[in-house]
Amino acid sequence: MSRGTLFDKVWDLHTVGTLSSGQTQLFIGLHLIHEVTSPQAFAMLREKGLKVIYPQRTVATVDHIVPTENQARPFVDRLAEEMMQALENNCQEFGIRFCNIGSGNQGIVHVIAPEQGLTQPGMTVACGDSHTSTHGAFGAIAFGIGTSQVRDVLASQTLALSKLKVRKIEVNGSLAPGVYAKDVILHIIRKLGVKGGVGYAYEYAGSTFAAMNMEERMTVCNMSIEGGARCGYVNPDATTYEYLKGRDFAPSGADWDRAVAWWESIKSDRDAEYDDIVTFDAAEIEPTVTWGITPGQGIGVTQSIPRPESLPESEKAIAIEAYKYMDLTPGKPLQGTPIDVCFIGSCTNGRLSDLREAAKFAAGKHVAEGVKAFVVPGSERVKKAAEAEGLDRIFEAAGFEWREAGCSMCLAMNPDKLQGSQISASSSNRNFKGRQGSSTGRTLLMSPAMVVAAAIAGKVADVRQFLSSN
Amino acid sequence: MNQIKTVSGRGIPLQGNDIDTDRIIPARFLRCVTFDGLGKSAFIDDRAQENGQHPFDLPQFQGANILVVNNNFGCGSSREHAPQALAKWGIQGIVGESFAEIFFGNCLAMGIPCVTLEPEAIDQLQQRLLENPQAPTTLDLEKMTVSCGDWKKDLSLAEGPRKMLLGGTWDTVGQLSENIDRIRATASNLPYINWSTPARAS
Ligand code: SF4
Repeated sequence: MSRGTLFDKVWDLHTVGTLSSGQTQLFIGLHLIHEVTSPQAFAMLREKGLKVIYPQRTVATVDHIVPTENQARPFVDRLAEEMMQALENNCQEFGIRFCNIGSGNQGIVHVIAPEQGLTQPGMTVACGDSHTSTHGAFGAIAFGIGTSQVRDVLASQTLALSKLKVRKIEVNGSLAPGVYAKDVILHIIRKLGVKGGVGYAYEYAGSTFAAMNMEERMTVCNMSIEGGARCGYVNPDATTYEYLKGRDFAPSGADWDRAVAWWESIKSDRDAEYDDIVTFDAAEIEPTVTWGITPGQGIGVTQSIPRPESLPESEKAIAIEAYKYMDLTPGKPLQGTPIDVCFIGSCTNGRLSDLREAAKFAAGKHVAEGVKAFVVPGSERVKKAAEAEGLDRIFEAAGFEWREAGCSMCLAMNPDKLQGSQISASSSNRNFKGRQGSSTGRTLLMSPAMVVAAAIAGKVADVRQFLSSN
Repeated sequence: MNQIKTVSGRGIPLQGNDIDTDRIIPARFLRCVTFDGLGKSAFIDDRAQENGQHPFDLPQFQGANILVVNNNFGCGSSREHAPQALAKWGIQGIVGESFAEIFFGNCLAMGIPCVTLEPEAIDQLQQRLLENPQAPTTLDLEKMTVSCGDWKKDLSLAEGPRKMLLGGTWDTVGQLSENIDRIRATASNLPYINWSTPARAS
């Protein structure tokens, strides 16, 4: 059993008590809600005559359904409009702050909370969305929940949970040029498997993560869930504090010093005990691309699609399903596969530093003929900051469309969708069958820089070949 | 209190590892403000691709209530729409090799037990159901067994969730909101509670 880790400390501090089932009742410091998984939770509250106990600790945004082209109300999609109105009404009725479209604060839930300084070290964070693990980048214990649990948090600000084990994932060394945080997490998932993390919280440690900025750490923690881990975190450090200082909801004045002292105290102890430790060498990580239908089906961009006989028995069936669905041939390289659509955005890679890096590769180039490419900023703030730097003009000059903030084609609940069996190069986090809006659509996950390389080449390309010209 | 001690009826085998919640209910069906009506859309894209051969479409499995799956079932998104769609289709209990955590928690919160068996036992059970879809199937949480006709195996389920199902406390909201004083006391000991206010409704 783990002892002395940040996870243990934060868990203990937030423990209200033990329930009759033996589970822990855990206090939730920050609750985030959005339009997809909350309406039924509010309906359950009304049905039981319950109130929201700490309305000031819940924040709402709208992200999954928002159109990224025409945002005029009412939305063209009647169902989307209905969801939007439900959220507006629920927030008003229960006194919850809503980062609505046009407020300057709207965006993907996992982008807006960090950028407003809502997510802080030592907190417990919950949201009806599996990528809540993102917030662990700050040294918070953050996990996704279902709708009944959203109801539980609204009604009690607590959850019934069983404690997780803690696995330390240490990566040391510096990343080669053209290799990004996205490649690190795709590499980890590929090595540990999509269910390797079930039952665990992942602690990301080592010099590679220490050298990352907060947005890179968020990219890594974001995809913990793709490795089966419900939460993943990085211990807070000077990088964390520097990012937080001065943000809207970050502590200030004398509170700031008290906060830093407390944050330092909740870091994992030097002699902390873990349930498991795994180490990787950063030098081994290549730009990584997925070829299949689970995020664990990834390879280095120069490698070939694995042959079934090279795979462990437990992975064969899903690989065979993947070759068929993706219409890709085992033993062949993935590089050179023609691409139809290029998508830059999502809670994994839709932040300012992602767009900056992508723009570097797009500058002075042009999207290949026949490829549809678009950039969707993660939030209204990201969009505004990117425009202030002129990134929108770089992308547009290169033939990318520049859109309004939202989840967009990460899961295609809005009009942005793949058509038929189109294949996309995507900076998002899931390549499940049908994920991007067409039941036969195909997704290759990669870093934003690799998406730009694919857009320019019109096919899967190694971003390192574009490095010299930058 | 709604105690769940056994689920009895007929089984439906669904083979395959890593079946994610996007497959159970594709995102376009999440454009709704209630869970009603999700049942008919469960596995809708897989069903279309299998042209009537998907277990959810096969006549012999209509009316089944115990789903038998393989490894890492329900991975991916946290959408409770997935177990809700299964429940609305008629599923009341799930037997598998393993489950994704959020999916397991969502099922528990709805009173749907997700129990595990060894991979070989799952294969046997799926095979039996394919051969004899009418075999009476039971998931017994008191005796901790799964049976199908004269075939029987011991199941695994963590003690906490088992107690919640047997004791009828799986609907957590009541129990959680009982301890308001303890909740407030825990909150007031958290340093951050006073130095920042996440939000005031404006
Ligand atoms: S960007 Fe994608 S993964 Fe992130 S919250 Fe939106 S839909 Fe979910």
